[in-house]
Amino acid sequence: MVRDTRGDLPFVMGDHAFTSRLIVGTGKYRTNDEMVTAIRASGAEMVTVAVRRVDLDRRREEGILHHLSPDEFFLLPNTAGCYTAEDALRYARLGRAAGLNDWVKLEVIGDERTLLPDTAATLAAAVELVADGFKVMAYTNDDLITAMRLEDAGCVAVMPLASPIGSGLGVVNPYYIREIKRRLTVPVIVDAGVGTASDACVTMEQGVDGVLMNTAIAAASDPVGMARAMKLAVLAGREAYLAGRMAAREIAVPSSPTTGMLDREHG
Amino acid sequence: MTVHSVSIVINGKSRTVRNGLTVADLLRDLELHPGMVVVERNRKILAREALQAIPVEEGDRIELVHFVGGG
Repeated sequence: MVRDTRGDLPFVMGDHAFTSRLIVGTGKYRTNDEMVTAIRASGAEMVTVAVRRVDLDRRREEGILHHLSPDEFFLLPNTAGCYTAEDALRYARLGRAAGLNDWVKLEVIGDERTLLPDTAATLAAAVELVADGFKVMAYTNDDLITAMRLEDAGCVAVMPLASPIGSGLGVVNPYYIREIKRRLTVPVIVDAGVGTASDACVTMEQGVDGVLMNTAIAAASDPVGMARAMKLAVLAGREAYLAGRMAAREIAVPSSPTTGMLDREHG
Repeated sequence: MTVHSVSIVINGKSRTVRNGLTVADLLRDLELHPGMVVVERNRKILAREALQAIPVEEGDRIELVHFVGGG
């Protein structure tokens, strides 16, 4: 029987089922209107936000809750910008105190130039946050061992990078991403490094459950157009993965029958 | 002698505010809606329901945070 792939199953994280496999950030947009329009165009259900001080002097930029409704999107607070487990715990708890949910995108950075994660600190923070009742989605390196430890720690999703945050370099190590997906039971979301639609498609073709991106959409010349492209690319990559690609070979194989040909003319 | 004002630090900046304020009063003076911010006082997160009962005291270090765009 021919399988109908139009009905990809939702993927489940924690106690939530998500239909869209694209998760998007809200940073770096030129205007709030453009951000909201782009996010809607992306079809994302889960959207990340950051915790920062209220600007008491200018108050020009209002909080993001003035623009994004928690009724329309699942808002995921992050711990972006934290360099220690202690700071990440503080930001996570401040985010939870906003009262939306008890989820957190855990991010503990170890190096300013690459923004690569401090995996030891990430793991330590994950253990504490899970014990404190958080649903933890952990940003991490494309390292299998750390990914397995984060799953053991009770994270609801493990999120290896495709390449450094904001780099747009795409998936630099598809084998590691595939192996992490093969070995983990919890959802694997590739977080960071996607630059354009083909990167998102290649990412999903590795078999992962989803992809999280921000800069690729926000920094495009036309963020709304790129958001639409990303939506389609994630769907295309997912369908291609489910469909199972042909084997690659470094020699041509004809697509049309080699029999039934007319006699060749000999000159 | 009655103390008329107290010195506190809000979001890293020193400020002088009237004595006898609650945290809820402080938010009102700053024109902030309690539902849109999270308050941390001396490294302890305050429950929204408790803001009206918690006094602002000399030397308090208060952080007022909210959600902004991020990835």
